[in-house]
Amino acid sequence: MDFGPYLLLASLEGAVLASVLALMASGLSLVFGVMRVVNVAHGEFYMLGAVLAWWVASLAGGSVVLGFVLALVLAPLIVGAIAATADIVVLRRLSYDPERTIVATIGLLYIIQQLTLMSYGPEARPVVAPFNTRLAIPWFEFADGGLRMYWPWGLSTTSYKLFVIFAAVAVLLGIRVMMTRSRAGLLMRATQQDREIAQAFGIPVERVYAVVFGIGAGLAALAGVLIVPIQQAHYLMGLDALLLSFIVVIIGGLGSLAGTVIAAVLIGMSEGIISVFFSPTLAKIIATLLVAFVLVFRPQGLMGKRVR
Amino acid sequence: MLRVEGIDAGYGRAQILRGVSLEAPAGRITCLMGRNGAGKTTTMKAIMGFLPLRAGRITLDGEDLGHLPPHEVPRRGIGYVPQGRRLFAELTVAQNLEIGMMTRRSPPEVLERVLSLFPRLRERMDQRAETLSGGEQQMLAMARALCLRPRLLLLDEPTEGLQPSMIALIRQVVERMRDEGVAILLVEQRIDAVLSIADQVVFMENGRVVDGAAGEALRADPGPLHRYLGV
Ligand SMILES: Nc1ncnc2c1ncn2[C@@H]1O[C@H](COP(=O)(O)OP(=O)(O)OP(=O)(O)O)[C@@H](O)[C@H]1O
Ligand SMILES: [Mg+2]
Repeated sequence: MDFGPYLLLASLEGAVLASVLALMASGLSLVFGVMRVVNVAHGEFYMLGAVLAWWVASLAGGSVVLGFVLALVLAPLIVGAIAATADIVVLRRLSYDPERTIVATIGLLYIIQQLTLMSYGPEARPVVAPFNTRLAIPWFEFADGGLRMYWPWGLSTTSYKLFVIFAAVAVLLGIRVMMTRSRAGLLMRATQQDREIAQAFGIPVERVYAVVFGIGAGLAALAGVLIVPIQQAHYLMGLDALLLSFIVVIIGGLGSLAGTVIAAVLIGMSEGIISVFFSPTLAKIIATLLVAFVLVFRPQGLMGKRVR
Repeated sequence: MLRVEGIDAGYGRAQILRGVSLEAPAGRITCLMGRNGAGKTTTMKAIMGFLPLRAGRITLDGEDLGHLPPHEVPRRGIGYVPQGRRLFAELTVAQNLEIGMMTRRSPPEVLERVLSLFPRLRERMDQRAETLSGGEQQMLAMARALCLRPRLLLLDEPTEGLQPSMIALIRQVVERMRDEGVAILLVEQRIDAVLSIADQVVFMENGRVVDGAAGEALRADPGPLHRYLGV
């Protein structure tokens, strides 16, 4: 295979990773943006999404499509409810003090992880994709003075991977519309900008926080559901995902949704391409270096604002 | 009528207010005066429910406010214009006003009325609040509070850093609200402004109310103003 088709293949893999990462990291970014809470348990919500997807799919039995659709709807809802409860029961009692919330979410991380180990077990389990047609991709070459289309061997993707990309784009657009156009988004943004004054205008700030924490976790869970047909569900899968999300959110600018999406594409694509051509380890090294450079030269991130 | 009775309040472990009592009757302008750091802003925050009360009671027309969750306090009809304006900086003028309108579900006529008081805002509805001039920002802070149809207005130095024409506009609006029967509690540092507008004045020092006087009496003898402001 020539270089061109090979690069396209790597980019497609990268785009799938970028989509899942963008979903997950925007949850982290939303929570930090509105609540100023660094949620260390975010990766566990992603893992819970994946594990619940397996669970729902196996309960649904024979029907793969039904099981997957149910998982897509139920897992984010269940995880969102768990997170909102954790917010009300734990974070609210700490008055959202930045340091104590970090410690509390670390505790949450281990509780969720160990409970999953005890109930779900240490195995990695797959979920069958609801559809998984192989789609061959054409390429072009110059021959006899004209452009000729051909189908390189091995250049293909699956309908499921394309679905993941479209689903992520749709959900992210939905989040954006919610934040900029809806009443709920207005309440969230007002709370983000001045919590006290938001209260002085009747906004139930604590309820807004619980909802935001729930939505953030729900986004991570959705990312988890989307990834299981590609990666399998495992109780430790949250850690890597959390690390990548932090990288993305730091590069994009904490609290900026647009920055988060841009950074997710950057990291996801480069990770995909570098892993295919070189090695996954090199991809990790480069991502980490990128974070170091951003922290040194642009601490507020690509799109973030300086702290006022 | 707002009634504050012997409240103690502060930030964390630091107690600032000690036994503060004052009244702000409907249709009157009550001025709160005192040196920097006397506790004027803290008093307003306590009324808004931001700070837990360690002692005392706050009532509006007989209803206890001290036990309400903070976001319920404004829904009783309290409009707050905080010191330094504190607009929702990244939201537009229209969105800032919308939040005021949502507080007590004001009908759309209210917005029309508020905009007729501050026509300049009407031309800037889609502009982000942080890009407004200082005077326009103050108008917006006032307008946002008026959108909730207040029975009580808390104004914390609403004319700080404004030019005379803007001060006159703010003052006109305040007098109009008074005439409509709104109770007004105003923190104001400029003595001439206080003398011309106040129905009654409350003096604070080190977190305590140390004196009070009727506006009439001060116009006859402004001595206490100079004493408590140390000018
Ligand atoms: N968030 C806070 N945490 C701790 N102490 C505070 C806080 N805000 C105000 N204080 C203290 O409370 C005291 C009263 O402050 P306050 O803002 O009520 O004064 P003020 O009368 O409004 O003064 P000014 O005229 O300067 O606005 C001051 O000593 C101040 O340092
Ligand atoms: Mg003050």
